Parts: sequence; structure tokens; C-alpha cells
Amino acid sequence: MSLMLKQRSAAEKPAVDKDSWRYSTLRDLRINKYIYIMLVPVVAYYVLFYYVPMYGLQIAFKDYTPGLGMWGSDWVGFRYFHDFFNSYYFWRLLRNTLLLSFYELLFGFPASIVLALLLNELRSSRLKRFVQTVTYMPHFISLVVVAGMLVDFLARDGLINNVLSWFGAEPIAFLRESGWFRTIFISSNVWQSVGWGSIIYLSAMSGIDPSLYEASRVDGASRWRQTLSVTLPGIMPTVVILLILQIGHFMSVGTDKILLLYNSSTYETADVIGTFVYRKGILESNFSYSSAVGLFNALINFTLLVLANAISRRTSENKLW
Amino acid sequence: MKRSYGERLFDGSNVVLMLLLSAVTLYPFLYVLIASISDPAWVVKMRGLIWYPHGFSLESYKLVFDNPAILTGYGNTLLYVVAGTALNILMTSLGAYALSRQSVKWKNPVMFMIVFTMFFNGGLIPTYLLINNLGMLDSRWALIIPSAMSAYNLIIMRTAFQSVPVSLEESAKLDGANDFIVLFRIILPLSMPVVAVMILFYGVSHWNSWFNALIYLRTRELYPLQLILREILITNSTDSMMTGVGGADKMPIGETIKYAAIIVATVPILLLYPFLQKYFVKGVMIGAVKG
Repeated sequence: MSLMLKQRSAAEKPAVDKDSWRYSTLRDLRINKYIYIMLVPVVAYYVLFYYVPMYGLQIAFKDYTPGLGMWGSDWVGFRYFHDFFNSYYFWRLLRNTLLLSFYELLFGFPASIVLALLLNELRSSRLKRFVQTVTYMPHFISLVVVAGMLVDFLARDGLINNVLSWFGAEPIAFLRESGWFRTIFISSNVWQSVGWGSIIYLSAMSGIDPSLYEASRVDGASRWRQTLSVTLPGIMPTVVILLILQIGHFMSVGTDKILLLYNSSTYETADVIGTFVYRKGILESNFSYSSAVGLFNALINFTLLVLANAISRRTSENKLW
Repeated sequence: MKRSYGERLFDGSNVVLMLLLSAVTLYPFLYVLIASISDPAWVVKMRGLIWYPHGFSLESYKLVFDNPAILTGYGNTLLYVVAGTALNILMTSLGAYALSRQSVKWKNPVMFMIVFTMFFNGGLIPTYLLINNLGMLDSRWALIIPSAMSAYNLIIMRTAFQSVPVSLEESAKLDGANDFIVLFRIILPLSMPVVAVMILFYGVSHWNSWFNALIYLRTRELYPLQLILREILITNSTDSMMTGVGGADKMPIGETIKYAAIIVATVPILLLYPFLQKYFVKGVMIGAVKG
């Protein structure tokens, strides 16, 4: 009711006032009141479950003790960051995180593009649909099942070792050898996501103007030439955007999948920042220390995202914002 | 149009390559399926590739359905999927509708606030402490409320809502409908394909989710299926395999229960998948426009 009164008094004033911020805000609230009611739970959810934890990140700079709570705990500045940078594990964690991400970018990212290009060249649309249906499927399979199948197939007496033994190979306990972890992790990632990742490129391809292909054919371009000069440039904006997004998650390599697959004998190559945060924080209750490590990771991610976007803006038209 | 020798060679190898890829994708499932229905005694000592069942036995399925831990997990998962997805659809519809209307003044700041969380957030520990402070630790709510909506899906749904002609909304409003009526009587019924996509995306993510349960739950009676499955397949904790929830009736469970458990945990999704495929491809594409 008080809103309405203010509203009326605002309306009685000279017309210039109608452009004022307050007037337009109140008008907006009145006209869209149901919309703002709808937004209440949504905004409340994001504030509570995303912005409150962001605020809670301050425990990375405090000596958090559950008894004292977040407010009562003492500030310690960058002590936990300092501890982490000087810890025995720092370089190993950084190396493992960066390498797994790098290999994922090197093998996983292009795999979907190549699959989309190959699917696009298939002459039989029935075969194309079949391959799509099959390759999208692993995306919907739970990580626990994927990891469970890997554990079973890669066991000493599992499928892979049995097949290798036909060629006279000695059985290997793949998941206990740190030398094999990266290969297993990356190749199973490709298996899981190559098909799903190709959807977006196929849809970008279907948006390419067919007259471009006709024109290049008139000019005598071969199919390979058409792929290079029409298809690839046509999907380039999509590629760049997805690349920026991937770089924005560079430091968060499938932590949950690693948790399922690693064990103390493969920490040397498998332990990443995300899994370290889990062990230190959840299992050992070092809340402040692991928050500091997590914040370090998140800040690198965010910086990489901003950098990748800035570089892309400079060099091409493509950008996230 | 005549194809050159080189082109035919390429087309031929492309077909072979695509068939190989399909085989590599399908074979693990086939292997598990065959192993699950074969004679358990044979499964234990089988070696190498298998193409058809040896003997036929539903013994391992019997073990799966007799295992109290798996059954409780199955029931819990169904509850989390149904309740979680219902909340997801409600919240996402409200947000997507509000943020898809042109005239709303605070639309862009709210959108920014939501999208920002996709790239930066408090992370594991502060979120865990929040859940703890809210008293949700070790309760079913911890698997439903904190994942009430996803920004990515909100963007997909918002894009779909934007494509509904404005004239429909305007004429309804002339007839005295408010925004809730417009959303639930006009926009949602006209956007069933995207709702189907949302149900699939959210439903599958609840079905497959295990990490939140791992960190938030302590009581075994609340565990979702995936967590039980993790014990059977990965941690191989004989404790859970032998006793299950009740802990009273001990029974030895062999290798084979693994395969049957995988099938039982995966079949609901695989059955749903072909029907929904045409929708979700669209969903990803809609997301791609604005993603």
C-alpha cells in the first residue's frame, strides 16, 4: 500500500520526474510484480548456495575452528597459501593438474571436432544417425559405472590383459601403475564424451549456408578443400567459444572421476588439486587449508577464462562477453 | 556425381572407422550384459572377448535383488530423482520465464549474478560448511535442495521461452491473466520439448550423482544407488557386499553380481534414452546459441 501511495505522489509531480530512477523502478516493480515474486526463490537460491559460500571463502585467510565459527576464528592472512606453496605436494599437484588438463585439451577437445567432420561426410544418413545414437550414449552413463567397468576391464585378470596376453604380453595391474594413469584417464574421457561433444559442431555445420558449398564446387574445390575452406571456417566461432569455456575450467579436471579411479599407488600422477582439497578438507577436516587450496585453483581458472576471452576478442570476433 | 578413386577410398574408410567407433562404444555394455546372464561359474574363469552367453543364469540378478543395500539404494535414488527433478523443473521454469521477459528492469543484473556462478564459486569446503550450518548434513535434503537448479539448464530453458510468440502472452494478459497463469497455462504447454530435455538432463544427473552423497551422507540407509554401486564395483568393501543394510543375513556374493548390478543401475536410463534422443539434441543446440 505504501508503494502505491508513493507511486501516486510521484505521478502528481511534473512530467520530468517520470524519467527518474525511482519512478521507473517503482513502475517496473508494479507492472512486473509477479515476475519479481517468481524471481524471489531463484535469487534466494543463488545467494544462499553460491554467494554465501563465496563469502565463506574468507576462512581461507582465517584459522577456522568449528567451535569458534567463521566469525570468531582469527585472521591469519596468507599463511595457508604460503603453507601450500611450500608444501612437499605443491609441485606434484600442479604438474598433475596441468598435464591432465593439457592432454585433455590436446586429445579430447579435437576428437569431437574430428568426429563431427567425419559424420558430416557420411553419405548414408541412416549410418550417421546410428553412429550418433551410439556415441552419445556414454554421456548418460554414471561415472561410477564407467569407473567400475574400467576397474574390471583393467584388472590383472581382466578383459584388456586377457586380450594382450594373446600377443604374449605379461599382465599389468593398470590401475596400480602410476605410469598408466594419464593414458587411462584421457582415453576413457574421450570414450565418454566424444559423441556428445560433436552435437554442437554438427548443429553449427547445419547452419552453414549451402550456397557456399555450391560456389566452391563451381570453382572446382574437392571435398577436402571444401572442408578446409567452408566447413572449418563455418564452425570456427563455435570452436573458439568452446575452447574459451574449456580453458575456463582448465584447473578442474574431472575430480570426481579421479576420486573413483586413483589409489595411493597412483598418487604420483593422479593426485590433482581437486582431489587434494577433498582429502584435506572432507576427510581430514583441515577446512581453512583446503579452502585456501581450492581458492587458489578457482582463481587460476577464472584468470585463465578472462585471459582466453581477452585474447579471443583481440584476435577474432568471438567472445563470451 | 562421379566420385574419384581417392574419394571412394575416403568414404569407405570413413564408414569402417565409424563402425569401429560404434563397436568400441557398444562392446563394454555388451560384455557386461553377456557376463551378467551367463553361468556364474563360467564368468569367474572366462578369459578375453566374449560374444554370446555361456549357459544361461539369472542367479546374479537374484543376488542383486536380494541384496538389501542395493534395494534401499534403488528406492532412495528413485526418491531423489523424482523429488529433485520436480523441484528443478519448478525453479528453472520460474527463473527462465522471469528472465525471458523483455520489459523486466532487473533482468540483466540477475542474469549476470547467475551466470557468474558458472565460472567462479566458493568451492567444495565453504559449500560443505554451509550445508553443515543449515543442518542438512546427513539428511535427504542435502541431495535435493543444494542442487535445486543449474545455470546451464536455465539458459537453455530461457532461450526456448524467448521463442514463444509475445502476442500469445499479450492477449492472455488482456484477458486478465497474470504472469503465473501465462507461465503455467501458455508458455509451459507450448514448450513441452524443452521440458522433456530438462527432465532428462536433471533426472539423469540425479540418477548418476554420487559425489554429493559421498560428502554429505553418513547413514547408509540414506545412500543412493550409485554409492552402493561404488562399494561393490570399486572400493570392493566386502562388508557392504556381504551384509548390506540389515547386516543380519550374511551371504557370499561373487564376481558376477558386479555385472548384474551395473545392468540394473543403467537400464532405466538406457530404456529412456532412445525416446528422448530427438529432444535432447535440440536442447543442446538451443543451449549452444546462447551458451
